[in-house]
Amino acid sequence: MRIYIVLLALLAGSWCAHSQHTINGKVSAPQNKPLDGAHIHIGTLHGVSAPDGYYEVHNIPTGQQRVVASYIGYKAVDTLLNVYGDIKLDITLVPETTQLEEVVLAESKVSRNTTHEQRLKTETIDKYSNGSLGDALKEIAGVYSLKTGSTIVKPVINGLHSSRVPVISNNVRLEDQQWGTEHAPNLDINAAGKVSVIKGASALQYGGDAIGGLILVEPVSVLKDTLFGKTIVTADSNGRGGSLSSSLHKGNDNGWAWNAGGTFKYMGDREAPDYVLSNTGNRETNFAGDVKYLGNNYNASISYSFYNATIGIAKATHIGNVADLVRAINNGKPDVVEPFTYTINAPRQEVQHHLAKANFNRQLSDDASLSLQYAFQLNNRKEFDMRRGDFANIPALDLTLATHSVNADWKKTANETEYKVGISAAAQFNDASPDTGVRPLIPTYDKYDAGAYGIVSHSFSETLSGEAGLRYDFSHISATKYYQKTRWNNLGYNGVYDHFITGDYGTQWLTNPEFTYHNISASLGLRKKLSADFDLLANAGLAMRNPNPSELFSDGLHHSNGTIELGNLGIEKEKALKLSVTLLKTNGNFRLEATPYLNAIRDFIYLSPTGVEYTIRGTFPVYNYMQDNVLMAGLDLHTDWDITSHFRHSFNFAYVYADNTSKNEPLIDMPPLNIGNTVRYTSDWHNLFLELRSEAAFTQARYPNNNFYADVPVNGELVPTYVDISTPPAGYHLLHFASGMQFPVGKTMASVNFSVNNIFNTAYRDYLNRQRLYTDDIGRNFQLQLKLNY
Amino acid sequence: MKNLRILALSLITITTFSSCSDDDNKGPVNEEEVITTVSATFTPQGGGTPVVLLSRDLDGDGPDAPVVTVSGNFTAGRVYDGNIHFLNELANPTEDITTEIQQEGDQHQLFYQHSGIGTFTYADQDENGKPVGLSVVYTATPTPGAGSLTITLRHLPNKTAQGVEGGNITNAGGGTDAQVSFPVVVE
Repeated sequence: MRIYIVLLALLAGSWCAHSQHTINGKVSAPQNKPLDGAHIHIGTLHGVSAPDGYYEVHNIPTGQQRVVASYIGYKAVDTLLNVYGDIKLDITLVPETTQLEEVVLAESKVSRNTTHEQRLKTETIDKYSNGSLGDALKEIAGVYSLKTGSTIVKPVINGLHSSRVPVISNNVRLEDQQWGTEHAPNLDINAAGKVSVIKGASALQYGGDAIGGLILVEPVSVLKDTLFGKTIVTADSNGRGGSLSSSLHKGNDNGWAWNAGGTFKYMGDREAPDYVLSNTGNRETNFAGDVKYLGNNYNASISYSFYNATIGIAKATHIGNVADLVRAINNGKPDVVEPFTYTINAPRQEVQHHLAKANFNRQLSDDASLSLQYAFQLNNRKEFDMRRGDFANIPALDLTLATHSVNADWKKTANETEYKVGISAAAQFNDASPDTGVRPLIPTYDKYDAGAYGIVSHSFSETLSGEAGLRYDFSHISATKYYQKTRWNNLGYNGVYDHFITGDYGTQWLTNPEFTYHNISASLGLRKKLSADFDLLANAGLAMRNPNPSELFSDGLHHSNGTIELGNLGIEKEKALKLSVTLLKTNGNFRLEATPYLNAIRDFIYLSPTGVEYTIRGTFPVYNYMQDNVLMAGLDLHTDWDITSHFRHSFNFAYVYADNTSKNEPLIDMPPLNIGNTVRYTSDWHNLFLELRSEAAFTQARYPNNNFYADVPVNGELVPTYVDISTPPAGYHLLHFASGMQFPVGKTMASVNFSVNNIFNTAYRDYLNRQRLYTDDIGRNFQLQLKLNY
Repeated sequence: MKNLRILALSLITITTFSSCSDDDNKGPVNEEEVITTVSATFTPQGGGTPVVLLSRDLDGDGPDAPVVTVSGNFTAGRVYDGNIHFLNELANPTEDITTEIQQEGDQHQLFYQHSGIGTFTYADQDENGKPVGLSVVYTATPTPGAGSLTITLRHLPNKTAQGVEGGNITNAGGGTDAQVSFPVVVE
């Protein structure tokens, strides 16, 4: 029996003068058993197989098309096909094995999948070839971005980010110091074949702490016996650089298959409409590859990826004390504007992430499978600050994080019920280098995790299905940290945490704080088919998140913020209950996804200003990690409307209302109301598309007032000065243009895309850009992209 | 073949780093860059007891505020030679950062902001002939009174900006490495 899918594409017929083609063939199960009623989606068109397995889909335009074939209980085929003529495509579907391929399509019968997974189109992933994962995800309604400048972009799901939004890359939870708001996910978007978002903590197989949601990134999986490649060359005017990304994929139905790809990026200083953003260049050199062996009822794979980035941080954001901050806010523009350069000086980040994994899947019987996985990740993060003399070349922060993880997942389908059970364990070691000459914000620690989950999904009828899951997680963390005795007393630890003290170093205590957590998470989902077009999904999820090392241990000056940030050993885990409903309309000229939600979080951990401290450098505001109860309510809305066969309108809307119910004040850093409108014209002529996209972010009117008075020298006297760090910037509206065409070049397909971002070179600042107090966001960018599929 | 290399590389990575736990206690971080102490010694020209202004913060960015001491009062109308020293008393042994600032004079400048207690004139130069401010001549106001003096050390200031060479901090830019204020009396 064949585990993986056989796709035989036979070019039938000659090149057509017109560009509409027909694809037909047969859908069968192994041993040539025809499948009746399988769905075949090609682009926006679809067909259903007859009792003998035969299907036909007409009017397919020339070019690369996404082909999805699915049948309940069988693993869906999801692949890309270059169409230049009529094609005969026979598809063999195999019973569902262990992989994550979920069918998110309108079935005649309701899907057992009760969580709504929102995917990025391949075109969108390609568009951000020279950008980042966070940029691309912003195209999904309800996903915003938390930025530091323009290159460090973190996805924000329904107002939550960082430790609350785990990123699962190639079925491995990314461990890359993700707690930091200025630490972007360490992965190359070009290595992604599929990117999707699950809002909320419903996908318990990946963990029970995704209070915000999950980002799933999967590599390209080639399902047919073929060799193909893709190269994307991108050139940008803003930053005067570009990227080159190339990949080769060897697919197979039996035997060896492999993928290999690399990306190279080189960008100089970005420019705001009115000035150069000095020191904002970046570099990336990435590689990802895997080798897989497909046997009769098993497959084994080994994969490795390497992400290597150097990212410049705008010089203007480096401040010494509050007097500098006041100056930056009042000036309204950076006082360091240098001519454009490709050179990256301090401050900058140098990050490297290795991910190696071995995976074994075995089909135990026709309806049961087992998957075993071991993964190793090694993350090194160096942050260089503007330092005096010889220190300039020594990082101010140097963290090495090593994570081992093992997973075993078992899956069985019996009649109308599917069972998923799994266990996982991880060991993590963080090493904070003492050679920096700066007391590290994050200490050296060891962490051990173990978890187990069970998920049952059942089809109650043709129109109703449900899913229930339960997960238990154990975690133990043991840190080695030095505390200044003055700080130890100031935080009230004296007498409370004395049992952690293991050594006396004069002015400092050596401590060994240890914490153990037992967490329960649960999910419940229902899916009801209301009519042929409408599905209603309802989900409830209980999630628990342990405090991360920065929330527990932070202790010192955060240079990029000009704040003293203090963790607290008394911080407890966060508990969240999220309720959401999704109304889905996936067929017809008008399609819709509407998701209202409610997220109640107990002991939500956040930074809150508590006063100022005086040092030789001057005054600094002090932020302590605190816990309060929070209630978030919001609505995500996305619609697609095919006005004619050539014009489509797409609409995104996201609003979140978040309150700190303990303090009865708005929650800080919540995305403002944002609305996106896209009008797209497509033509059969070389698959031309022209797209105009409007992006509007409103002024966030709901924010806590954390403004404070600090002593700033005026004529030698220290004068208490009002420091406005809270007021969000004004809302903004941007217009973007994109276009593209495809040309056959020999037997391959070439696409040329041209786009203009921020057409009117609008100067704006975004509330969730951490550099908003110092500089404008980037201005207009012309981009030219060449894509080759071969 | 490329794949075999990838395979080999992955295996090497796994085996090399599979036991990274390092519980060796390397001792507390030697804080090498912190300025804990600013001392300004003003010696009267023609002889007399110097006035020493001292600001010390021995827990660095810890919660304790700097301790400020002033050894005595200035005399109205007198001229003083001022020398400023920056120390890191957290390093063992105590590190004198003054020399380093001097060597990197083009990247640093001190500013003297005050409430009308006299005039400050730079008495040193960097390699480009611009002032650094580690040495300064202070002429006390002829009218006795009390006021305050704020000494600021800026890293990477724009020394060519308007007024900066003359000691005006307004357009200096850069990042503040130290900023200390002293209550002073001219009698």
